Amino acid sequence: MGVTRKPLGPAAAALVGSGIGVFVIGLATTLNEALGLGPVLNWWSPAGPLTGKTTLGVIAWLVSWAILHRIYRDRDVEVAPAALWTWILVGVGFLLTFPPFYELFGH
Amino acid sequence: MTITWRELWTVLHGLVFGSAFLLAFSGGLAGLYSYRPEWVTVEGLHERLRRLLAGTWLMAILAWLTVISGTYIVYPWYRARPPEGAVDLTAYPRAYLLSREATRLWHTFGMEWKEHVGWFSPILSTAVAFIVTYYGPQLAQEDRLRRTLLGLFVVAFASAGIAGILGAFLNKVAPIR
Repeated sequence: MGVTRKPLGPAAAALVGSGIGVFVIGLATTLNEALGLGPVLNWWSPAGPLTGKTTLGVIAWLVSWAILHRIYRDRDVEVAPAALWTWILVGVGFLLTFPPFYELFGH
Repeated sequence: MTITWRELWTVLHGLVFGSAFLLAFSGGLAGLYSYRPEWVTVEGLHERLRRLLAGTWLMAILAWLTVISGTYIVYPWYRARPPEGAVDLTAYPRAYLLSREATRLWHTFGMEWKEHVGWFSPILSTAVAFIVTYYGPQLAQEDRLRRTLLGLFVVAFASAGIAGILGAFLNKVAPIR
């Protein structure tokens, strides 16, 4: 097709980075419930701790993506392990934001 | 026929962005599914790439607009505290839902899940849009990557779908006015 093939490292970095962002939102949600972190995560009072939890997730996503991209930008890696890690992180992220689950750790 | 500022933002957040989001998802999904060299010519791949880029980026942008407007504009109205001793709580949706046993679960399950899970959608759809942009026509040759993106795109849509459906019900039970 006349296309210069690019290594798949950047794809793996973007996939895993997005999984980390989702996971951190879930982790902050459950930790907030378990440890009563409301005051710490309340970064803007009208919207409460939701601002801290989601902004932390977005920061974790962007920072981890940038770091992974820098490490893997010239490497040709297998997509399958990166995809597997992404699915695990996303799956755990969903679980950690599911109220019947995180309420088990209620503060 | 009147509409309040708050009702207008609720409609924008849930219905306008939501409908456009659904449209963008359909385009992106069809594009990702059919982006295979055995199905289209080289010229066809380039033409489809433009639509695929439009669908994935539009979905990512709409997802960001939806969660940002939801968290920073609509949600503060939802969680506003009523004044001490207030009897009529209908203007304070969170307090209203928590005041009655029959509606408590709408907040403790519905709103609590919606406000978090909705944020997964812009992160995942932006990752998909970036990869589509970065690899372009090469994506047609990378079947494993294309199938992963397809799955992630569906999960991004599902997370927005959960938030959207719960939001629609919440706005029926305790509307923001």
